Amino acid sequence: MADETLDASGLNCPLPILKTKKALSKMDAGQVLEVISTDAGSVKDIEAFCNQTGNKLISNAEDGGKYLFTIEKV
Amino acid sequence: MANNNKMTIIATKGTYDWGYPPFILASTAVAMDKEVTIFFTFYGLNLLLKDPEKLKVTPVGNPAMPMKMPFGPKWLKNIDFGPKIPNVLWNLPFAESLVTWMMKKTIENCGVAKLTDLRSMCQEFDVKFIACQMTVDLFGYSKDDFIDGIEFGGAATYFDEASSGDHHLYM
Repeated sequence: MADETLDASGLNCPLPILKTKKALSKMDAGQVLEVISTDAGSVKDIEAFCNQTGNKLISNAEDGGKYLFTIEKV
Repeated sequence: MANNNKMTIIATKGTYDWGYPPFILASTAVAMDKEVTIFFTFYGLNLLLKDPEKLKVTPVGNPAMPMKMPFGPKWLKNIDFGPKIPNVLWNLPFAESLVTWMMKKTIENCGVAKLTDLRSMCQEFDVKFIACQMTVDLFGYSKDDFIDGIEFGGAATYFDEASSGDHHLYM
């Protein structure tokens, strides 16, 4: 279960990443953020963001045009 | 000191559309924990003016820009008017305002941020903005024309910024 949820639906590059960064910066290490996006580019971008920042991408799923990510803050 | 996590951008273009690449890449890089500096020179100085929403998109000399209606039925929105309209018409006084309005409407429809918002986010995330002092003087700007929180310097300042890091982009 996620500690926080960020709904970035309708937003396009680079807003889902910028909002994810902002949301994570308000959270504590070990907490989990759920991100909802409709930007198809965010599938690779969230993965790349996590690769670079060290945050852990726990899951990554698509559900009817919505992309759902869960990220654990390091 | 070497800092491989640093990135610099030289922003040289000052139309509304070309304001996007430096602010998109800078804000994303800084969100991914890079340290980012943008050096604004020549027409790129426009991007530091107090209200970048006043900047225009020009259809003149912009042959690859798709020109699609931001509203209306799908068949209409799919038509690219760019190649269909004679170039001479793009020189008429209203053309630039019309194209700017169409571009901004399309940006809004696609959920892309306003230029001002991306710039604010860059500042919020501590992207360093440096205005080229020589071009400030050359174009007759004063420091009051620009937003707060920027630095002024020349080519040497840029090279000092760019002496570390592995991403240096010219736009």
